[in-house]
Amino acid sequence: MSTTTSPPPPTESVEPPRETKSLVRGTLPRWAPWGVLAAAIVISALAVSLFGFGVAPFVLLTAVLHTAGIAAWSRWVEGGRKAADRSFTAVVTSAFLLALTPLISVVVTVISKGMDRFDARFFTYSMRGVVGEGGGAYHAIMGTLITSGLAALMSVPIGLATAIYLVEYGQGKLARAITFFVDVMTGIPSIVAGLFAYALFALVFGPGTVNGFAGAVALSVLMIPIVVRSSEEMLKIVPDDLREAAFALGTPKWKVILRVVLPTAVAGISTGVTLALARVVGETAPLLIATGATGSTNLNPFSGQMATLSVFSYYEYASPGVPFEPSLDRAWTAALTLMLIVMVLNLAARSISLLFAPKAGR
Amino acid sequence: MLILVVLAGVAAFLLVEAWPSFVAPAEEIPGEGGLVLYIWPLVFGTLLSAVLALVIAAPLAVLIALFITHYAPRKLAQLLGYVVDLLAAVPSIIYGLWGFTVLAPATRGPAEWLSENLGFIPLFAGPPSTTGRTMLTAGLVLAVMILPIITAVIREAFLQTPKLHEEASLALGATRLEMIRLAVLPFGSSSIISGSMLGLGRALGETMAVAIVLSASGGVTFNLISSGNPATIAANIALEFPESSGVAIDTLIASGLVLFAITLVVNMIARAVINRRTDFSGAS
Repeated sequence: MSTTTSPPPPTESVEPPRETKSLVRGTLPRWAPWGVLAAAIVISALAVSLFGFGVAPFVLLTAVLHTAGIAAWSRWVEGGRKAADRSFTAVVTSAFLLALTPLISVVVTVISKGMDRFDARFFTYSMRGVVGEGGGAYHAIMGTLITSGLAALMSVPIGLATAIYLVEYGQGKLARAITFFVDVMTGIPSIVAGLFAYALFALVFGPGTVNGFAGAVALSVLMIPIVVRSSEEMLKIVPDDLREAAFALGTPKWKVILRVVLPTAVAGISTGVTLALARVVGETAPLLIATGATGSTNLNPFSGQMATLSVFSYYEYASPGVPFEPSLDRAWTAALTLMLIVMVLNLAARSISLLFAPKAGR
Repeated sequence: MLILVVLAGVAAFLLVEAWPSFVAPAEEIPGEGGLVLYIWPLVFGTLLSAVLALVIAAPLAVLIALFITHYAPRKLAQLLGYVVDLLAAVPSIIYGLWGFTVLAPATRGPAEWLSENLGFIPLFAGPPSTTGRTMLTAGLVLAVMILPIITAVIREAFLQTPKLHEEASLALGATRLEMIRLAVLPFGSSSIISGSMLGLGRALGETMAVAIVLSASGGVTFNLISSGNPATIAANIALEFPESSGVAIDTLIASGLVLFAITLVVNMIARAVINRRTDFSGAS
């Protein structure tokens, strides 16, 4: 990629007959951005208190004033190029803060609303026969664990085998086609995966077959491509020296893969699997279709509908009971639990990679 | 091997299950207008919400990625990168609940303002919805959702900008903005496109958030803030499926097939762009 930088000023040519006061233009003091920011805050606070706006206009006005102020001042002292730079810095920073606001709001809302019912009862009771207050999500938590566990059980071997094929055996058109379609599969909408599982089970076991296993199949359709991608990356960074050393000792290929390549890459692979699991645990749509929902505890994934945390949260929200506050509380607590599970899985993945990673030595 | 079978299987099973709705007489399709008339508003709603989300999220994502890679202090940047990754993993239903509870009421005021002052633009014709569960809100929620995903992709690319290019342009006296314009953006441009495409794909297929936030009433309209909104394919499936049977289910599966095709195309384009970039960057 050619980098066309702006042509530097012609230093070698004779000084053009142009009025330049000095070679160095003035610079703003170091505190300039903060000073302008403070001024902008004061002005917009005045304006807001005068016209009685809310918080959002205040923040917006501050950002606009700050950007305009710093740009004008800089243009006055430093010239156009620096002014553009400074205003762009202001724009980037305020865009970042603007984007952070909703994300923080999401986290704060979930935590504050979810804490109401974050108690022992929530984790030990199911919703069987519960109307109104009380009840818990024991059945849903178990359902989530069972379906995601089954999904992992199915997709890890398949995904790992595919990755091994791609890295160790695959070459030519077939391998490239597989890579391409794995990439494409990562983008399958989750609801389509749910429809697929529903359609599959409807064809094989008769229409209307809805159980935990179907949900697990749907989840594994979503999970396989992620596992393949991450394991492939990990297998690729296993040094070729190790493989060649093992081959040189006369080891057959399958044994090299099993005893040398896989143990070397196991940390990275388990990180990838954990991240994939975290992605899949929170899926709602496929489970809504393929697994259904129920109020009682069902630990058998092969018969009957099964509740899962995400679907539980959705139904408590979409069709609340007669006094609706308890239902909403349960929905939020389920959401909080889900978020905690996802975060724990993410942290676990990080620590796995931290614990085992530096062995290969780059 | 197996993976191709799975992908082909997804398409095949959907096709088989959707078949009855293709051949069924038009009267049996819900809405009594035939299959095409049933799916078309859904396709429109899907595209509208996803494009709306992309228009909001993509520029922001570029700016955030720039902030993380080139403006934030190193320690903070590492932390922020981690937070962005984490937010990309937050389940969609949580965004949906948040959008319904927090965002929808918050958009009511601005929506009224928009319809009063910018009502001449068809997008904001109004009358504004009283619940705030509008296409605008859905688009905003989707934008918030895909923001971390797009940012993560673009951030990766920006981090890989050759340090030499950056330092060279700074050494020639470029300001930071000029350095970014001349060295970082050209290098990352294809990743901006592919990241946005991935985000678009995600927004197209997003189900629960839209199902919760959007109060759909069918019909094709560009009006973002009124209470009459076209539904999206995915949300429609999630809402209708538990109460459907017979041909209705087949119709929903057929609409799922359409969604599958749309996202497949979007993803293929994105991947093609990414692959082209890896071809290029090997040379530079």
